[in-house]
Amino acid sequence: MAEAILAVFRGNHAGGKEVEYRVPIAPGMVVLDALHYIQGHLAPDLAVRWNCKAGRCGSCSAEVNGRPRLTCKTRMDSLAQDKPITVSPMKTFPVIKDLVTDVSWNYQVNKKIPAFSPRPGVEWKMFQADVDRAQEFRKCIECFLCQDVCHVLRDHQKQEQYAGPRFFVRVAGLEMHPLDGLSRTKGVKERMGIGFCNITKCCSEVCPEGIRITDNAIIPLKERVVDEFYDPLVWIARKIGKSGGS
Amino acid sequence: MNEKYETHEHDVLIIGAGGAGLRAAVEALNQGASVGVVCKSLLGKAHTVMAEGGIAAAMANVDAADNWRTHFGDTMRGGKFLNNWRMAQLHAQEAPDRVRELEQWGALFDRTESGQIMQRAFGGHTFKRLCHVGDRTGLEIIRTLQDRGVSMGIDVYMECTVTRLLKDGDRIAGAFAYWREQGRFVVFKAKSIIIATGGIGKAWKITSNSWEYTGDGMALAYEAGAELTDMEFVQFHPTGMVWPPGVQGILVTEAVRGEGGVLRNRLGERFMEKYDPKKMELSTRDVVARSIYTEVREGRGTEHGGAYLDISHKPAEYVKRKLPGMYHQFKELADVDITKQPMEVGPTCHYVMGGIRVDAQSAQASIPGLFAAGEAAAGLHGANRLGGNSLSDLLVFGRRAGEAAAAHAKKTTAPSLDAAQIEDAAREMLEPFERGDGESPYEIHRELQDALQNLVGIYRNEDDLKRAVTEIEHFRERVARARVEGSRLFNPGWHLARDLKSMLTVAQCVTLSALARKESRGAHSRIDFPNYDAEWGRKNNVVVRDGERMVLRQVPVPEMPQELKQLFADDK
Repeated sequence: MAEAILAVFRGNHAGGKEVEYRVPIAPGMVVLDALHYIQGHLAPDLAVRWNCKAGRCGSCSAEVNGRPRLTCKTRMDSLAQDKPITVSPMKTFPVIKDLVTDVSWNYQVNKKIPAFSPRPGVEWKMFQADVDRAQEFRKCIECFLCQDVCHVLRDHQKQEQYAGPRFFVRVAGLEMHPLDGLSRTKGVKERMGIGFCNITKCCSEVCPEGIRITDNAIIPLKERVVDEFYDPLVWIARKIGKSGGS
Repeated sequence: MNEKYETHEHDVLIIGAGGAGLRAAVEALNQGASVGVVCKSLLGKAHTVMAEGGIAAAMANVDAADNWRTHFGDTMRGGKFLNNWRMAQLHAQEAPDRVRELEQWGALFDRTESGQIMQRAFGGHTFKRLCHVGDRTGLEIIRTLQDRGVSMGIDVYMECTVTRLLKDGDRIAGAFAYWREQGRFVVFKAKSIIIATGGIGKAWKITSNSWEYTGDGMALAYEAGAELTDMEFVQFHPTGMVWPPGVQGILVTEAVRGEGGVLRNRLGERFMEKYDPKKMELSTRDVVARSIYTEVREGRGTEHGGAYLDISHKPAEYVKRKLPGMYHQFKELADVDITKQPMEVGPTCHYVMGGIRVDAQSAQASIPGLFAAGEAAAGLHGANRLGGNSLSDLLVFGRRAGEAAAAHAKKTTAPSLDAAQIEDAAREMLEPFERGDGESPYEIHRELQDALQNLVGIYRNEDDLKRAVTEIEHFRERVARARVEGSRLFNPGWHLARDLKSMLTVAQCVTLSALARKESRGAHSRIDFPNYDAEWGRKNNVVVRDGERMVLRQVPVPEMPQELKQLFADDK
């Protein structure tokens, strides 16, 4: 039977190393199947996070041959078999053990985003054309692969000043909800640091749901920030409005 | 125990953060209770995210004639009248408000031409009543509830597994758990506990269920002395993937059939004509599952032992928009383009109608202070669940459980925790590390899955079930000696060794109940008793712990009031 070699990171926050495992290949096998084989036959304490195995829960995020992927959707036959396949934890988040990382920072960032707030007296009627845009953002499975790959977090560690692509997607989904009444633009500019995004688009490339993060969420939010805070005509109009008004 | 552990105190502790658990949390918070939610996986990743069909609610947005009485009737007929009628009534009456509420909290459903929430057809429902968004309604629900709960300030204890309920005399006092990350122990003190831990599919080989579905909550309730009921009714969803091996069992939503997909055998026949010519592919799940199983057994199955599900006759753009998850799932995992080719599908262990026995209105279990909602509770679905009724179940009874649990906490004095119970729970968890040798828990799990798949599957008989009882005993002995390697730091082998105990308890409940019910009804099919039995049609099985023994008895199905009986006067 054909075999593949997986070089899997074993270790914890203090460090670790790649360990090689030989895994028999079955038709249609995905990397998560190979990890299960290792758990079941070779290393029972291999720490792997997973749940649905169908690409819907976003639990099994890792880096396969250096690329952020969901291991349940990465086909073994799509990877080169003539050398070991490396499987590492997401680099941007602190390692807990082996492939399991501490993603709690994401939940902290999420808490600060003002929730959906319908306009008072709104009628609960919406048309498909009006909800299409926001529905794209609500497909997000919170796999955090976009957070993992974004260089602002991954290489520059700007966790204190920058919320990351996932949360711009969340805000876009709220701002573009036809019945939402809040403006989150100030928070997007100041607390969430959208200015740090320089449109590299790595996030869009790794999103397993195919959400066009940069084009459909981040750029429109940047445009709103510019309109509200950097448009000279708006600034002048405000000044006039303030002095002329009561 | 000489190691330190954290203690957290709440009015209401909710075990499970899926649709039911989170809806309960929101409601309990609404009532002013202090709420803690414990979950095995990360927040927002509970099995609810897999729900693809929609929420069944008689909103009449598409079929104006729809109303709660028809929904109630469909649910009772689907459940073969073993349901708790009061739960079915409340469910049908309250589901529409629960859906509207979700929308008010930000959920974005697909729309009708007139701007209302779109509803689609589904098996066993007379009218189009499944509110949905594409094929990801479960994700929409859990995200909306998660956002709502977080904005209201719930305390969530993520990746934390409860291994024992703690009691103060007869009543609930709290729970003992461990953090999956570090392996340290944690104790929760609570006046009310709601179990919303979902189902038991991971005990079977071919299942649509996620990793976390090991029947924990039902086992916890059973060990604490609560009653479980209807455990023989395990739903095998007719359409799970069958190929390649790694994706066997993964769900192919009923929505494919709801949107017009048809089933064919190897010979190209639309075989549902033989089994239910009136409803065809949209017959109830038990009927369709048995039909596919029979076609395969009689030699008319596909190459990999299933049936063909074909929606390629619909426009490709429509399929990609309404069923994007299915399109990608088949494209990426099976190299099948569902807009051009048929899918290979077969039965998969999907849902358990049975569970913790609860009061219809308050979701209270048989122990004071213990509540249950969602798949972990029983009664709403009777002998067979209709598609779409689970998501509405979560919302309706999640809310009722949260409300009742908060009310209970208000009028209860704080319980005391018993150090001896905590000691014992800690010892149980530490013990596997002290054994020198033993078997791998993964090996035992594989064998348990095979055993239940073969002996307690879609079609059952006395010999198989009796063998299963013996096998389960043997597995129990093996688990007691299982070997655990490594440390307590995120050790899945250690976690599995404990989860296996829950699976075995639940497997025993299912098997004994299946042995007792000598008839075929709904999802429970006995080859040796292939027909309905009028006597059994009036009883539910109840299982309860008596010392070390599992005791089975029957209770009469609650009788419907006359004005509801009228709804079925014309049924033949």
